[in-house]
Amino acid sequence: MVKVLIPSGALGLNYDTQALQRGIDARPDIIAIDGGSTDSGPSYLGRGVSKYARASIKLEWAGLMAAAAEAGCPLVIGTAGTCGADSAVDWMLDITREIAAEQGTHPRIAVLRSGQDPAQIAQAWQEDRITPLPGAPELDAEGIRACTNIVALAGAEQVAAALDTGADIILCGRTTDTAIIAALPLQQGVDAGAAWHAAKIGECGALCASNPQSGVLMVEFDDADGSVIHPLAEGAHATPHTVSAHMLYENSDPFILYEPGGHLDVTEARYRALDETRVHVSGARWVASDRYTVKLEGARVAGYQTVLMVLLRDAHYVANAQAWADDITAKCLEKAGQRLDAPPDSYSIELRLIGQNASFGDLEAREAAPVEVGVMAIVTAQTAALADELGKMLNPYLLHHPLTREEEQPTFAFPFSPAEMPRGAVYEFALHHVMTLDDPMQAFALEVVET
Amino acid sequence: MSPLGELVQKVRSKNAGPFWLTIDIFCGTEAAFEDVRQRLDTDKVAARLGANSQDLKRFDIASLNVIKISLPRPSVQGAVDDRDMHGASWAALISEMDI
Repeated sequence: MVKVLIPSGALGLNYDTQALQRGIDARPDIIAIDGGSTDSGPSYLGRGVSKYARASIKLEWAGLMAAAAEAGCPLVIGTAGTCGADSAVDWMLDITREIAAEQGTHPRIAVLRSGQDPAQIAQAWQEDRITPLPGAPELDAEGIRACTNIVALAGAEQVAAALDTGADIILCGRTTDTAIIAALPLQQGVDAGAAWHAAKIGECGALCASNPQSGVLMVEFDDADGSVIHPLAEGAHATPHTVSAHMLYENSDPFILYEPGGHLDVTEARYRALDETRVHVSGARWVASDRYTVKLEGARVAGYQTVLMVLLRDAHYVANAQAWADDITAKCLEKAGQRLDAPPDSYSIELRLIGQNASFGDLEAREAAPVEVGVMAIVTAQTAALADELGKMLNPYLLHHPLTREEEQPTFAFPFSPAEMPRGAVYEFALHHVMTLDDPMQAFALEVVET
Repeated sequence: MSPLGELVQKVRSKNAGPFWLTIDIFCGTEAAFEDVRQRLDTDKVAARLGANSQDLKRFDIASLNVIKISLPRPSVQGAVDDRDMHGASWAALISEMDI
């Protein structure tokens, strides 16, 4: 029945071109690839940019555009440009047009935008149309309006609307990872439990199989409530274990997956090996919800940072690194209080000891004597100028601070000049909420671009 | 008492979105799974992670010989006090825990 070809877990991670050709030869009904994730942190959404090199995205996307043209099927990307903000979708559209011009083709492009106006989201918040999810941060209207980007995660309904335009290429803003895979099968009448379950298994490409980095995966649905998971690279094998274990991946609950319009329940799912490579999956259940909700993601500026690095190699300082760092932090903050015209709660200084406890701080349970300690000094302030001033104030301490007054002035190793590295704005995730919609397209915009 | 990591195949930690952390303990065999499921004290895991044990969700999944523990992230991903953007290192803290 319906076949979905998934080239890899994300555009930018590359794919096996031979395996992709095998997929094209099998005549897929759609090629679907994810373009993003929140996993690299809030900066990408905050700035509305991609984490991957443009050259990598262009090369891989050109290969997929050619593949879709050869297979005669649509090509869809979800969460374009890492974050799926409108600016990232425009970036992807620009790349797509450039490739089409170079390939001498004229694809019809549907663009599904997920960006939200913070003022309207603040309004929805005041109208009680926004509900926190477990673990959500405190929220108020002002905090919503401060977001530089807010996106709503589209589900299968919005992707289906984009498919209905008859476009050759569908560029989506933020979608759930699964929606781009589930949308076409659902449209063609595949059982909803089967469609969403296979979509979850396939969302990271061949990560649900052995040889996970080979990327390419085919998902084929049958007439009942099942699907066949088939990794296409040489030497890649899906087994009931690798496939079912993928439900654990980056998922807080291994049995339940919430999507716009309902949730997937795989408690009763069955996994059966067809041969050494393919697994038949069935028995998942889709439970529709009363309300149609979409998840929101938002990021806003949390401050501005300047970072400094220094290396301690002198054994005496390595052994006393924590006391040294604590003393520097206290002395520098005292000096900052005296010299800077800024309230003390508008900045912070943190020294993390790499080689000692930089991963966990006070939670570190293991002790071992390191050869050297890297000191990562992080200055965070309300303005970039203030972070820069504090970084410069910290510099002489990191270079010369003695453990005791009696000893000769020490000097430590700066790997860089200047020692201060401005990081610009740092962003924070502000939303872990769902918004209720009267109509699935209410929060989304669909446009068709002819080339 | 043995470090958990010596009893099992692998411990993995990942983000489950920006606000949750999930730790998958792949026991490898049914015997290891039974052993670990009995010996692994959820309260001790919570203490090790600096979390409240009532915030931990634990799934003992016999069909996979996996114990999965999910919790609100100790620091929200990317917050100024977050040390580990992808939640990658928490696995080591749990793997080295004596049970």
